[in-house]
Amino acid sequence: MNEKTYDVGLVNTAWCPGCGNHSILNIMKQTLLELKIKPGNLVVVSGIGQAAKIPQYFKTNYFNGLHGRALPPATAIKISNPNLTVIAESGDGDMYGEGGNHFIHAIRRNPDITNIVHNNMVYGLTKGQASPTSEYGFRTPIQINGVVSEPFNPISTAIALDASFVARAFSGDIKKTKSILKKAIQHKGYAIVDIFQPCVTFNKINTFDWFKENTYYLDDSYNSTDRIEAFKKSIQNDKLPLGVFYVNKNKKTFEQNLKLHQQNNKPLFKNIVKFDKILKLISLGT
Amino acid sequence: MDDISIVLCGEAGQGIQTVEKLFTKIVKKAGFNVFSTKEYMSRVRGGSNSTQIRISSKPVSAYIDRIDILIPLSDESLEHVKKRISKKTLIIGEDKYIKNSKTNNKIEIPITQLAKSIGNIIYSNTIAVGLLSSICGINKKILNNTIEEYFINKKKELVKNNIKAANKGYENCLEQINKDKIKTIISPPNKKNDNIILNGVETIGLGALAGGCNFISSYPMSPSTGLLTFLSKHSKEFNIIAEQAEDEISAINMVLGAWYVGARGMVTTSGGGYALMTEGVSLAGMIESPVVIHLGQRPAPATGLPTRTEQGDLEHAIYSSHGEFPKIIFAPGTLEDGFYLTQKAFNLADKYQIPVYILTDQYFIDSFYDIPKLDIKNINNINHFIKTDKDYKRYKITKNGISPRGIPGYGNGLVCIDSDEHDEEGRITENSDIRIKMVNKRLKKLSEIKKEIIPPELYGEKDYKILVIGWGSTYHIIREAIENISRKDIAFLYFKQVYPLHNETINYLNKAEKTIIVENNATSQFSKLIRQQTGYEIKNKILQYDGSPFSVETIIKEIQKMRES
Repeated sequence: MNEKTYDVGLVNTAWCPGCGNHSILNIMKQTLLELKIKPGNLVVVSGIGQAAKIPQYFKTNYFNGLHGRALPPATAIKISNPNLTVIAESGDGDMYGEGGNHFIHAIRRNPDITNIVHNNMVYGLTKGQASPTSEYGFRTPIQINGVVSEPFNPISTAIALDASFVARAFSGDIKKTKSILKKAIQHKGYAIVDIFQPCVTFNKINTFDWFKENTYYLDDSYNSTDRIEAFKKSIQNDKLPLGVFYVNKNKKTFEQNLKLHQQNNKPLFKNIVKFDKILKLISLGT
Repeated sequence: MDDISIVLCGEAGQGIQTVEKLFTKIVKKAGFNVFSTKEYMSRVRGGSNSTQIRISSKPVSAYIDRIDILIPLSDESLEHVKKRISKKTLIIGEDKYIKNSKTNNKIEIPITQLAKSIGNIIYSNTIAVGLLSSICGINKKILNNTIEEYFINKKKELVKNNIKAANKGYENCLEQINKDKIKTIISPPNKKNDNIILNGVETIGLGALAGGCNFISSYPMSPSTGLLTFLSKHSKEFNIIAEQAEDEISAINMVLGAWYVGARGMVTTSGGGYALMTEGVSLAGMIESPVVIHLGQRPAPATGLPTRTEQGDLEHAIYSSHGEFPKIIFAPGTLEDGFYLTQKAFNLADKYQIPVYILTDQYFIDSFYDIPKLDIKNINNINHFIKTDKDYKRYKITKNGISPRGIPGYGNGLVCIDSDEHDEEGRITENSDIRIKMVNKRLKKLSEIKKEIIPPELYGEKDYKILVIGWGSTYHIIREAIENISRKDIAFLYFKQVYPLHNETINYLNKAEKTIIVENNATSQFSKLIRQQTGYEIKNKILQYDGSPFSVETIIKEIQKMRES
């Protein structure tokens, strides 16, 4: 493996110049390389939106499915072949809006997958409508008087559900974000990494500078195993904390809970049909 | 008489199902052929439910209106089935439940009192089994042995009491028979019956196992849930992942994820749940993923009649999901077809990388009867995924439209799939030349699929003048009706594959002087499909959409009417 392992040659991305997605793509490639994950052993599952196009732009197996529906196939892929590294990656609208129900239930199941959410607090591909994470009062061509719904807080929701790994990062900080992503991918169990990211075209409020000014990193003294403390941090909104909020290493993964994988991690495609047992079952009908 | 119809009617939660299960086992052991079906309300307690058990010395597998013996188990029972009670119907039961019967053809047996004497009214069901056994002339040994087997995992005392209860019912009834109040209506045939008893959902489940199904994800919905239950029950033995999803959208997307890495997955659902899955079905069309869909129909729109039957979702299955892509729809009408078609569905889905449907309904799912042991000697499964090489392209343009399907983690290539239009490598494109190539590639698979459409099957006279057409679960009902009519000019054409239609269809239709379609829906969806595909319009329609299955009598009556007109 080398620096080119993840390159797919010249790519004409669908992203605006200055979009945080470029930086996240770059961070992703570096992270995977440093973790020595082979492209053939990686599956990136995404939904629809600008962020969801990310697997198109680097070397990996990918399942670029439906809007909001990355988590169900990602879960199924992991449990059907536990030997694969599975990342579910999309934007805030996809994961928290259209796919909100799956977000809740993926946390409950706790499969060993990493859920990366590009959170720019606005809809990009459909051109500038509010997202579930848009701030109160955020004006758009549809929310003409400003957003009146409470913004969705993925971090506090995940901690409330006792997600096994909960973190927030910022696309503008390559080094720190890489370190958070590494921990998330190496974590055994469901890991959510919400990545703040500026949208240079449709979000003139939450800009690169805004994120710089309104965030800070949880420091070394912070204890990420304390769920109550983590929840307190997650609802702090004068200044928004970045880093790993919460880790629960005591939870079994979905795969571990399945009877099937308690002996070994044999992928389902190696299953052999047991016709003798079917015959026995048929005979039970007598 | 060598064919009697017994109906038990009572409230939900009274345990009629126990009687059904136990008694069908007993009569089969005694050598009879047996059929049973139930209709029930969408509630857990109370209301009125009924179960029909047909017993005969010949194979029986269809619902009839006629009731020879009625066992009412609640105040509402007589009212609930009153349209089906005739002067000949023998009514047996507690005084309070039978006293309002207008006929004199009734026998009072104090079931509750007998049950209480054994210690609990819970034994009423076994008492009913006992009395039915004596009417059918069943050897007491068979009765006792079957009860013992049935309750094998229960406490000894419970087994003992159940046997006691059955014997009380048996003897009490025998006394009445000896008083000549009941003429024994039927006696066991002089043959051994080595058949197996299954219901519709069990054959679909067994077919899935035989087809190599190792992944099911679904959301419970009547009447389709039984399949999820069946595969969950056997998940450990067969290395199956059975997951109850948070909703049907998740269910089908999970199954597509499972196929993507080489598993063989299916969903089970009914109309409303399937409606939620339709975007996922379209995704299967675009990414060219196999998927097997069991769609157990019930009356709609919306919640409709949740526990009843209808063939109202044929068009829903064909035309649901945006965009143009091939699919296959099977509609089994017999338990054997349920098994073999489901097994086949997995292989066709895998071969053509398309959705394949098993379209059933509540009547098919909930009906039991005995059939010869399913033969699995000639069953074959072929995994169509390949080991990829370095330059693998998931959507390689090929002559027949089928691109070899690789799976991640098997070989040296990358498997890239996209719900957007894509090029051979699976990368997004808006290039119109590639778009046209990809649409053509996906549709080209249809000509391959057409080479192996299952032809419709003809029953009755080859030189027919009248042709009755049916599909799916109405099979045995129509067939018994045709056999009853027993005229030389009539035949029945049965479709077990309803989509795409077989080329021979038009020839069968053109040969008839009169064609009659039978459908459990209001708008005759299958005849519309036939007209669209062949130009032939079937003018005579027997349609029923009250939530109940056709009875043999209804079909006979309607065909006679149409024959004369």
